[in-house]
Amino acid sequence: MRIVCPFCGERELGEFTYLGDAKPVRPAADAGEDAVYDYVYLRDNIAGVMSENWYHGGGCRAWLKVTRNTLTHEISAVEPAAGAGAAKVGA
Amino acid sequence: MAVAQTNRLGNGGLIDRSAPLSFRFDGKSFSGFQGDTLASALVANGVKLVGRSFKYHRPRGILTAGSEEPNALVELRSGSRREPNTKATTAELYEGLEAASQNRWPSLRFDVMSVNQLFAPIFVAGFYYKTFMWPAKFWEAIYEPAIRRAAGLGRAAGVADPDHYDKAWAHCDVLVAGSGPAGLAAALAAGRSGARVILCEEDFAFGGRLLSDGGTIDGLPAAEWLLRTLAELAAMPDVRIMNRTTLFGVYDGGTYGALERVNDHLPSPPEHQVRQRLWRIVAKRCVVAAGALERPIVFAGNDTPGVMMASAMRTYVGRYAAAPAKRIALFTNNEDGWRTVETALGAGLQIAAVIDARPDISSAHRSLASKNGFTVLHGAVSGVDGGKDGVRKIAVSLTGGARAEVEADGLAVSGGWNPAVGLTSYHRGRPKWRDDIAAFVPDGAPPGMVAAGAANGDFGLGACLSQGFAAGAAAAHDAGHGGKAGTAPVADDEAFSVTPLWHVAGKGKAFVDYQHDVTASDIELAQREGFESVEHLKRYTTLGMATDQGKTSNVAGLAIMAAVSGRSIPETGTTIYRPPYVPVAIGAFAGHHRDETFHATRLTPSHHWAAEQGAVFVDTGLWKRAQWYPRAGEKDWLESVTREVKAVRSGVGFCDVSTLGKIDVHGPDAGAFLDRVYINTFSNLAVGKARYGLMLREDGIVYDDGTTSRLAEDHYFLTTTTAKAGLVMQHLEFCRQVLFPELDVQLTSVSDQWAQFSIAGPKTRDLLKEIVDPTEDLSNEGFPFMGAREVALRGGIKARLFRISFSGEMAFEISVPARYGEAMARNLMLAGKSFGVTPYGTEALGVMRIEKGHIAGPELSGTTTAADLGLDKMMSTKKDFIGRVMAGREALVAPDRQVVVGIKPTDKARRLRSGAHIIPKGQTPGPGNDQGYVTSVCFSPASDQWIGLALVERGRERIGEIVHAHDPIRGEDYDVELCNPVFYDPDGGRQRG
Repeated sequence: MRIVCPFCGERELGEFTYLGDAKPVRPAADAGEDAVYDYVYLRDNIAGVMSENWYHGGGCRAWLKVTRNTLTHEISAVEPAAGAGAAKVGA
Repeated sequence: MAVAQTNRLGNGGLIDRSAPLSFRFDGKSFSGFQGDTLASALVANGVKLVGRSFKYHRPRGILTAGSEEPNALVELRSGSRREPNTKATTAELYEGLEAASQNRWPSLRFDVMSVNQLFAPIFVAGFYYKTFMWPAKFWEAIYEPAIRRAAGLGRAAGVADPDHYDKAWAHCDVLVAGSGPAGLAAALAAGRSGARVILCEEDFAFGGRLLSDGGTIDGLPAAEWLLRTLAELAAMPDVRIMNRTTLFGVYDGGTYGALERVNDHLPSPPEHQVRQRLWRIVAKRCVVAAGALERPIVFAGNDTPGVMMASAMRTYVGRYAAAPAKRIALFTNNEDGWRTVETALGAGLQIAAVIDARPDISSAHRSLASKNGFTVLHGAVSGVDGGKDGVRKIAVSLTGGARAEVEADGLAVSGGWNPAVGLTSYHRGRPKWRDDIAAFVPDGAPPGMVAAGAANGDFGLGACLSQGFAAGAAAAHDAGHGGKAGTAPVADDEAFSVTPLWHVAGKGKAFVDYQHDVTASDIELAQREGFESVEHLKRYTTLGMATDQGKTSNVAGLAIMAAVSGRSIPETGTTIYRPPYVPVAIGAFAGHHRDETFHATRLTPSHHWAAEQGAVFVDTGLWKRAQWYPRAGEKDWLESVTREVKAVRSGVGFCDVSTLGKIDVHGPDAGAFLDRVYINTFSNLAVGKARYGLMLREDGIVYDDGTTSRLAEDHYFLTTTTAKAGLVMQHLEFCRQVLFPELDVQLTSVSDQWAQFSIAGPKTRDLLKEIVDPTEDLSNEGFPFMGAREVALRGGIKARLFRISFSGEMAFEISVPARYGEAMARNLMLAGKSFGVTPYGTEALGVMRIEKGHIAGPELSGTTTAADLGLDKMMSTKKDFIGRVMAGREALVAPDRQVVVGIKPTDKARRLRSGAHIIPKGQTPGPGNDQGYVTSVCFSPASDQWIGLALVERGRERIGEIVHAHDPIRGEDYDVELCNPVFYDPDGGRQRG
């Protein structure tokens, strides 16, 4: 599999580390235990297109949001994480 | 002296008669020529019997002339290079080649195990499941070893492979698999269009079927066209043609696996060269021109030596000038089989008869028969009279019911052609059935891949050329190259007609899968017993599961299943195709990653100095760390380690701790960021101070620990454990980039940039004064415990100095740029000579941390909470941090959790061992009363006995209790006392002094 890193270009799978579903959002500090439990443990088992967190540890160390079809491994989009790169968000 | 090549034809063939080669097969000497394969050389020497079959030990000969060979498997070479299950049909002949037949004892001609044939009734489909069900323990002890002896393949070398294997990457626009007419035309078109092209050919010679069948292309004889085309391709700078290279797999994103047999054709690789190279090829487009495989017809005795695929027979005759037989019969159900007759006649061989299963035979063939004096029989071969010396007579069931006999010493069989659908089906593409050729053709190929020519079911030479050329031009265009491809090579198409015939009824074993000895009746039995699905059929009968992966057998097997289950072949379907297309040695996948280069090795900055000191090194992850520094006269490691600990505690010592992960945290929000990732607070840490920190995973379990120092208002420097260095960096980057992108903070890994030494012991300050610039104040007031700042060293280098202690002694850690690491070690030795400075290794480091009750890897086990480690008071209640909420879950704060506690044996002389279970005293050990386990132990010079740390249920409430340590692995049982984990200087006066 090959991923087009927005910073480094097309690179081979071995440079990247997979984390998992990029959809869950870390709950606010006061969200309560159920919300955090859901965030930490409950995952959809998606057969099809999903967005995933990947880390380009063998390259620029950016976290990437990769849109991938879990059935075909087709990657339709790769975006940097909100805080990836040098620029501060909103700066 | 080698015997004469009895079956070598007087002229012709693509062999070099000026380069004779001698070789040995089963100890007997033979000769062949450069350009031969082992199989063709055996054919040329009249050798028909080359192996014994897997289950029944039946005599077997050479069936094919390619990588689909199921029978002619040999052990090639000897000693450490012995390579079992090598196909004689692809092994190139070289001077001095040694090969041995497999699966026979005591000899190939007289094989004791051929009595297995008498027991054939018990070796039917599913016999593993039926025969050896009971009693269960007989399986491992008796059945399996017996079966392994009786049935099987070649023997592995049993010793390390002396050769090197390489792995490489290549990139191209158009990848072409196969160098037959379709592949060459594709490469030509793509190359002319300006694309970067790689063409892989598994044979050592380019040309595919042109090498055996010839033909006329663009008005030229095939051989001439081939030379011209190869020259044109060679002249294109962006076209790379690779022989001896099999494309074996297709992976995601246009990545392909190929195996290049760089030096398999030599007795051993030349010095400094690799044996094989595994290629990972990234291609925008791929044209599969892998050709087609001729398929056998299943009839009784079809495995008799001398029965051979028709195309293989004409390859041996045409390409290798070797006659598999003198008087040949042909059994065919298609037009293409007749080409073997033409080739054989052209070479002066006799045709005994042609048995054609089709209703209509052309008048041209009839006149060929009458001209050459052989008969043409309508019908099918129903039996073969012969044995290990080959075919003698062939029984024929004529259309209409009569019987006939044909005397021949060789039988060529053609059951039609199966396009090689492997590569196009590796992404779960299911090939589709084409009635006109009675074969499966590619469908659902991976993105960017297209099949052309025979691989696509179009067998004519003209069709191969035009289709290959069009596919190559289209692939180049799709890959962004619009150059002019010119005109396609032109040739006539041969007629092809086939009348499907899979199985001829008859008496005796009729083999479908030669390599796994699966017969037609096994398939019928599987159907009767309900294993009708092709995937069940495969596993129940082992059809197609041998090293040849059923290349010659799968389609026939499922056609027979279709017939007995009353379904059509497409309804019956195919099993899933998976790579690799041919067996690939594990060595090729490993490449250079073996032995000392199995993984990268990281050396600490002071490594070479430590090696000079005679240090013993230990592998910790990728690192080699000095474990201890033995001195002359010390009888064991314990004596050395104890000396090192005492030297530190009474004087001064130093240890390279550069393996710790080191991260610079910069930015106005650096403090806020650290507050979110550690359980304790760092935003309120004063500049010039260090603080111990603990981080959790989001599920509330402890992740890592280390010290963090604030070097400036917006600059922190944190350390991680050695093991988690990379993972913590990844985790912190995730927090920074994904979870908290609003924070203005940057992380820089500086693990490799700084050499860091721990300097510990009451004389540390004296030693440091010799190193540090005299203007720096190292007094307790000027540099108090947990102080951290940049200092100048004598000579002007800047260093980072931290007053932190893992040993419990007065200690500093000093960081210098990594390139000064070795000089630092040498200077510390020099400057500390008068103080008796002692380098210490990781063992002494471990002893001192256990004596101090500090946690490390064994306690940070991925199951412990901050409270388990006695660090719950660090957990801030005034802020959110990673893991805060989940750490409060009921089970994670339960009062009966296993927590860190000290242990010491009641018998002071006893040695402790990690891993022993803690059981209440007086109880019989068992899972029901297992209360924890020993995590870390050492001999403590300070306590003059073995001490340890353990995770014990409610341990802190039980200080003073005697419990039982049960160590079933080492067979040890003894009592230990639970105690305060801080064995040494519990009030910490020494480290603050």
